[in-house]
Amino acid sequence: MPDLLIELFSEEIPARMQTRAADDLKKLVTDGLVEAGLTYAGAAAFSTPRRLALSVEGLTAESKAVREERRGPKVGAPDQAIEGFLRGAGVAREDLEVRDDKKGQVYFAVIEKPGRMAADIVAEVLEKTIRNFPWPKSMRWGDGPLKWVRPLHSILCILRDDEGSDVVALDVDGIVSGNTTRGHRFMAPDVFSVSFLDDYEAKLKRAHVVLRAEERAEMIWHEATNQAFALGLEVVEDRGLLAEVAGLVEWPVVLLGQIDDDFLELPPEVLQTSMKEHQKFFSVRNPKTGRIERFVTVANMETVDQGATILAGNQKVLAARLSDAKFFWENDLRTVKTVGLEGMGAPLTDVTFHNKLGSQAERIKRIEARAREIAPSVGAKPDLAAEAARICKSDLSSEMVYEFPELQGLMGRYYAQAAGHDDVVAAACEEHYSPLGPSDDVPTAPVSVAVALADKIDTLTGFWAIDEKPTGSKDPFALRRAALGVIRLVLENRISIGIFEKLFLASASHVGRVWGGEDFGQLNEAFELLHANLPSELVSQFAEQAEKTVISSRGLDKPASTEREDVKFGMSKANDLVSFLHDRLKVFLKDKGIRHDIIDACIAMPGNDDLTLLVKRAEALAATLATDDGENLLQGFKRANNILTQAEEKDGVEYSYGADPKFAEEPAEKALFAALDAADAKIAPAMEAEDFNTAMTAMAALRGPIDAFFDAVQVNADSQVLRRNRLNLLSQIRKTCLSVADLTKIEG
Amino acid sequence: MAEKPRSFQEIILRLQTYWAAKGCAILQPYDMEVGAGTFHPATTLRALGSKPWAAAYVQPSRRPTDGRYGENPNRLQHYYQYQVLIKPSPPDLQELYLGSLEAIGIDASMHDIRFVEDDWESPTLGAWGLGWEVWCDGMEVSQFTYFQQVGGYDCKPVSGELTYGLERLAMYVLGVDHVMEMPFNDPQTPIALTYGDVFKQTEQEYSRWNFDLADTDVLLQHFKDAEAECQRILDAPAEDPKTGQKIIMAHPAYDQCIKASHVFNLLDARGVISVTERQAYIGRVRALAKMCADAFVQTEAGGAAA
Repeated sequence: MPDLLIELFSEEIPARMQTRAADDLKKLVTDGLVEAGLTYAGAAAFSTPRRLALSVEGLTAESKAVREERRGPKVGAPDQAIEGFLRGAGVAREDLEVRDDKKGQVYFAVIEKPGRMAADIVAEVLEKTIRNFPWPKSMRWGDGPLKWVRPLHSILCILRDDEGSDVVALDVDGIVSGNTTRGHRFMAPDVFSVSFLDDYEAKLKRAHVVLRAEERAEMIWHEATNQAFALGLEVVEDRGLLAEVAGLVEWPVVLLGQIDDDFLELPPEVLQTSMKEHQKFFSVRNPKTGRIERFVTVANMETVDQGATILAGNQKVLAARLSDAKFFWENDLRTVKTVGLEGMGAPLTDVTFHNKLGSQAERIKRIEARAREIAPSVGAKPDLAAEAARICKSDLSSEMVYEFPELQGLMGRYYAQAAGHDDVVAAACEEHYSPLGPSDDVPTAPVSVAVALADKIDTLTGFWAIDEKPTGSKDPFALRRAALGVIRLVLENRISIGIFEKLFLASASHVGRVWGGEDFGQLNEAFELLHANLPSELVSQFAEQAEKTVISSRGLDKPASTEREDVKFGMSKANDLVSFLHDRLKVFLKDKGIRHDIIDACIAMPGNDDLTLLVKRAEALAATLATDDGENLLQGFKRANNILTQAEEKDGVEYSYGADPKFAEEPAEKALFAALDAADAKIAPAMEAEDFNTAMTAMAALRGPIDAFFDAVQVNADSQVLRRNRLNLLSQIRKTCLSVADLTKIEG
Repeated sequence: MAEKPRSFQEIILRLQTYWAAKGCAILQPYDMEVGAGTFHPATTLRALGSKPWAAAYVQPSRRPTDGRYGENPNRLQHYYQYQVLIKPSPPDLQELYLGSLEAIGIDASMHDIRFVEDDWESPTLGAWGLGWEVWCDGMEVSQFTYFQQVGGYDCKPVSGELTYGLERLAMYVLGVDHVMEMPFNDPQTPIALTYGDVFKQTEQEYSRWNFDLADTDVLLQHFKDAEAECQRILDAPAEDPKTGQKIIMAHPAYDQCIKASHVFNLLDARGVISVTERQAYIGRVRALAKMCADAFVQTEAGGAAA
C-alpha cells in the first residue's frame, strides 16, 4: 500500500489562514482520491508559514475497473435525444447496444472505466485541488493566471511503496512537481530531497523547520513559561495569540524582554493590547502584583548573539509604541481632569452615529432619558443612571480608544474613576456594552443594568424607526444581539418591567426625525382601539418626548405630523419590537429546553411584554405539562375545546353563558361543576399573585373530574336543555384553563 | 557584508545603486505633492496594461495630519518613501528585496526578518493588492505588495511593489532614536548636517500651516477645479486637431487627480471634513483615478496597439 506525501511550498501564508488551509487540503485531496476509487488508511495535514503539507497513508495502488450500464432512449427516438444521451454517457453512437425492453427496443450504453494507477489519480486530484483551493483571499502573480494565497513556488508530490519513492508527475502552469523542498529561509535555504513523511519531517527539523503547528505552539508555550517562571513571573495565557504566533515562525525562538519602568504605570489592559495587537508579544505578569512587567516575543531565527540584537530591536519598537500609548493616556487624563469626562465627550456632537439617527451626542441624550426612566424599575438611582449615561460613550473621543478601539468602555471606566465619578458610574461605563453575546456576562449592578438597557432600547427603537430591521442573515447593526441583550438583562436580573411601555416611550424620541405622516392604513382601527386603552399619562409622556425630538430635528423638511399620528407611529414600532423580542426569546428559551409552543401559549396571555413574568409562566406551564396530570388535562382541554368549537360553528352561537349546576344530572357532571368552582377559587388569586405554579397545579387537578365527565356524560344529549348546559360547562373548562395559558397553542 | 552606512543619504544611494544593478530604471521623484510613492504615475499608471516595467525612485511624500512640529521622534508630515515597481513580478522578488536590506547594512543572519500578512488597499486609487509588511526585529520596515487591481482594472501581468519608509528604516540601521538627530550626510564631513538641520524648521512651518492656516475656502475651490479640469482633459477628443495625431492626455489628467487627492488630505488636516463627507470625497478622487486609468489603458504605454 503506497503512502503519499504532498507539500505546497509558497511565499508566506497569513498565519490566520494556515490551519484551515491544511484542513482543506486534506479534505479536498482525500475526497478526490476516494471519489476516483481509491481508499486510504489515514491522512494528516500540516502547515508552516511557507508550506502546506499532506500525508496520506495506506493508499490503494490503483482503482478498480468499473463497468457501468446506462439505459438510453428508445430506438427510433429523435436524434436530439440520442445525441444528448451520447454526450452524457461519453460514448459514440456505434458503441450503443440495442436491447429488448418491456416497452420495445432501447439503446444501452456500456461504459467501461478501466482501473487507474494511484499516481495518475493523485496528479489529477492535486492539480484540481490547487486550481480550486478555497483560500479566503487569493492572488495572481507574475504573468500567470494561477491563483494561490501568495506566489506558489514548488510542489512536492511523492508516492512511496515497497520498491521506493517516486515523484508523481504534474505541471501546474509551469510549476513542475518534484521530491525536493527547502528549509528555513535564512538558516537552511538550500534545496534537499525527501522520500516519505518521517524522512521529510526529520530533514525539515535539521533544516530548522518544525512541521507541526501544535508542536511549535507547545515549544513556544513551554519555553515562555519556563523563562517567566525563572523570574517568578507568569505568562498571560492567550490561545489565539499562541496559535497566531505559531503560524508566524517555522523555528520558534522565545525571547523574554524588558518593559521600561516608565510604562509600568499604564493600565495592564493597555500594555497587553498594545503589545499584542502591534507586536504579537505575550504579556508576562507578576502574580504578586498583577502588573504586566515583561514581555515574550517569538523570533524565527537563531543568531550568534543569542538573540540579543533581535531583542534589543524589539524593545526599542515596543518603547516607541508604549510612548505613544503613554502619551495618549496622559493626554486623556489631563483632558478628563480639566474638562471632566463629559467634556471629553464634547466632540461626539460632530460624530455621526447613523445619518438618519443623528450624532453620538444626540444618541447619548436619548440614552440618558431612557436610563433615568428605567432606573426605578431596576433599583438604580435615576440621577446616577443619568450621570452614567451622559459619560458612558465619552471615551470614544479619547486618544486611547481612537488608537485601540477594542479598549472602549474599559478606558471609560478608568477615566470615570480619574474624574472622580462614583464607582458604580465608572463600572457602568464599561459594563453598559454587555452582554455582547450569548455567553458574555450580564451586568448586575443596577446602574449598569439601567444604562445597558437604555443603550440597547435606543438602538432597537432607532433602527426600527428608520426601518432597518434585520432580514435573513443580514443584521449589519447587530440588532438581534441587542434584543438578546435586553432579554438576558431582564431575565437574569429578574426585572419585572413592561417592555412595551419602554419601547413606546423610546420611539417618541425618534418621531419627527424619521416620521413624516406615513399612513398606517389598515392598522388604523386596531390602533384606535389600542390608543383608547393606553394610559393617558403614558400618551402625554410620549407626546412631551416627541415634541422635544421634533424641535431638535427641525430643518429636516418633514411634513408636520399630528400627535395622534405620532402616537400611532410609536405604538406600531413598539408592538413590532415586542414581537421581535418574543421571537428572539423563543430562540433563547429553545436552547434552554422550553418549546416554542409553550412560549406561544404564554405570549397569548396579557402582560406578555413583561419578559420575566412571561418566562416564569412558561416554565410553570412546561413543568405542569411534563406531569401526567398536566398531559392528560391538556388532552381533556383539547377534547372539550374541539366539541365546543364544532358545536359553536354548527349552531352559530357562542356557548359562553354560565352553565347551571341545577341542570346537572350525572354525578360526574355535578362533580365537574364543583371542581371548576374550586379551581377558579384557587386560580384567580394565584394568577393575581403571579403564582403560576399554584394556578397550574389547580388547573391540572381538573384532569380527574374532566376525564370522569367525558367517560360518563354524553355532551350532545337529546335534550336541548341538557346539551346547551353541557356545552356551557365545556365553555367554563375552556375559560378556566385559558385564564392560565392559551392551551390551544400547545401542539400534540 | 558591506560596511554599515553612516548617513540617511548613504542608505538612499545604496538602494539606488542596488536596484539599478538589478535592472530598474532609476527615476526621479514626481514633481507634485503626493501622499505616498504609489501615487507617482510610474507606479499607478504603469501598473496598468501589459507592458513590462521596472522602476525605482525616491518619492517625497506628504501627510498633513501626521505633522508634529518636528517634535515627535517618528512622525513627520513630509517624509521620504523608496519605491520599487516591477512588472511582471519576478519569481525571486522576495530574495531581491532581502538583498536590498543587506545592501543597506541589515545582516539577515543577525536579525529576525518576517513577512507578516498585510493586505493593501487604496480607496482613493481604486486599487488593492495582497502582500505583507516586512518586520525586522518587530519593526515594520517595508510594505511588499502584489498589485491585483488599480483604477478598477485587473493587473495583468501583476506588478510587485516594494515601499520602504526611509526615515524609519534608516533610523533603525543607523541606531538613532529621534529622526531629527539622524545624520543626513556623512557625519565626518566638514559641514555635517542632521535630518533636523534640513527639515526641523520646515516641519514646524508646515505643521502650523497645515493645521491652522491653510485657507479652506481656497482649498475647497482647488478641489473642485482639479476635479473639473481632470474631467475636461479626458473629455477632449483623442485626435489632436493641431498635429492630427491620437494623443490621449492620461498623464495631465492624472496630475489633476493627484492634486485633488492632496487637497483632500489638506482639508482633512484642517478638520473641515466630517465623517460622512470623507467617504464622499474619497469616492470623488477614486472616480478621477478610475477615469485616468480608463484613459491610460488606451495609450501606447498602457498597452494599447499603437
